[in-house]
Amino acid sequence: MTPGSLSRRQIFERAQRRKSAVIATASSAIVIALIVALVPKMPRWDRVRTSFFNAERFRDSFPRLLHAFILDIKIFSWSVPFIVALALLVAITRNSRSPALLPLRVAAIVYTDIMRGVPVLLWIYLIGFGVPGLGMDRPWNSPLLWGSVALVLTYAAYVAEVFRAGIEGVHESQRAAARSLGLSNMQSLRFVVLPQAIRRVIPPLMNDLVSLQKDVALVSLIGPVEILRQAGIDKSKFANFTPYLAAAAIFLLLTIPLTRTTDWLLERERRRTSATRVR
Amino acid sequence: MTTPKISLRDITKRFDAITVLDAVSLDIESGSVVSIIGPSGSGKSTLLRCINLLEHIDDGELLLDGTDISIPGFDPNTVRRRIGMVFQSYNLFPHMSVLDNITLALRRVLGLSRVIAQDRARELLTRFALDDKENAFPDQMSGGQQQRAAIARAVAMEPEVLLLDEITSALDPELVGEVLDVVRELRSTGMTIVLATHEMGFARDTSDLVCVLDGGRIIESGSPAQVFGAPQQERTQQFLQRVINAGRL
Repeated sequence: MTPGSLSRRQIFERAQRRKSAVIATASSAIVIALIVALVPKMPRWDRVRTSFFNAERFRDSFPRLLHAFILDIKIFSWSVPFIVALALLVAITRNSRSPALLPLRVAAIVYTDIMRGVPVLLWIYLIGFGVPGLGMDRPWNSPLLWGSVALVLTYAAYVAEVFRAGIEGVHESQRAAARSLGLSNMQSLRFVVLPQAIRRVIPPLMNDLVSLQKDVALVSLIGPVEILRQAGIDKSKFANFTPYLAAAAIFLLLTIPLTRTTDWLLERERRRTSATRVR
Repeated sequence: MTTPKISLRDITKRFDAITVLDAVSLDIESGSVVSIIGPSGSGKSTLLRCINLLEHIDDGELLLDGTDISIPGFDPNTVRRRIGMVFQSYNLFPHMSVLDNITLALRRVLGLSRVIAQDRARELLTRFALDDKENAFPDQMSGGQQQRAAIARAVAMEPEVLLLDEITSALDPELVGEVLDVVRELRSTGMTIVLATHEMGFARDTSDLVCVLDGGRIIESGSPAQVFGAPQQERTQQFLQRVINAGRL
């Protein structure tokens, strides 16, 4: 076989690949055609179309919702660093081995159990209404602040469990190797265990962050006008549900690129550090 | 008589109800090579891990240059700086290049600058025929290359004693030689080496002292000629016979 020409095996495999591509395209086309053909046959399709798929309402609401979404992004952005920091602290505490730290370990366990055992919405009500009720001066009475605190406290508990699983997943022999070189416990954790643990938990971590991105909307229930609230206002004003659809589209505009990018980064990292992949 | 580099005095180690090391005593002279041989589960690895303070001993004393390093509260990190260890499954850090694997402790424990640490690492990589691997990640190398990199990582700390825990057991037979060559080279520099091994030929040819561990006790020790040529204990004879039958000596 001369370089550049294809072997019989390569020609065969190329034909196989084309065949699968054709099948995939055809099956997708059939499913879409069925939906387009059947849904309009439903008895009340006309009503649903005007109240959910109203192009004019969509165009009108979209910029307002996008503007309101800035608040969601703000809450998300300032919450994430605190969530990650607190979660790491809790996870490291739970994984500590010194007998002297037992009270802290117990506190970390109680914290994760309590925060994860109660719905996020309930924490937002309890902290978001409760703490401003103490009558502190501005800005310490802002529902926005305490709503964010509620999100941070609950999500840190979930994320802490993700980190803990990652830390425990790093084989003990890695710690032994690090300690045998004279690295202290904290150095072993920082340079050897955590970098490996965090790489491994990035997919579940992203899962939690996408959840958070959506749960930010719950803060609207204690006051702040963010995208979900704004969509509700628009819905009431025009007696039309299309703003909700527009809000859903805006959420997707953010979350889908976020998850795709993470997957791409992980894949690149995997290629860089590992051996050839099995088929 | 000079003080031994390392002295084990009645070291006892239990895991729950199982006694893994039962009053083990051993003197390791500076610059000597000591082989620990014996059946699987006899406590070879645990013995090495105890010397490096990776395991907490339940009884006995461990002296380094005559100083008791096993007393509670003794900083294990100062000991580990002086005693290097290489493991059966290499235990390289998979998220770091070979160069970073070697320089991590040089920089963080010894406080060397990046440039000086890298110079020292490259020198060792050349010495162990890994010049072209400094940017490779562990998963991209053969077992023999990984183990040589792991030895380089331990040796870079310039330890006084090197503990080798079955470092060829996970290797393909044709890769064992390249790793043992590295150990021979280290021996010629006068480093004190303690190795747990199943490579009986290697133990016979390079050791100054061979110890047979069985059931957590040293049942026999002496020069390679004594232990391999004229073993006194019946258990040692049985063990060596099994090794010979398996074609390993």
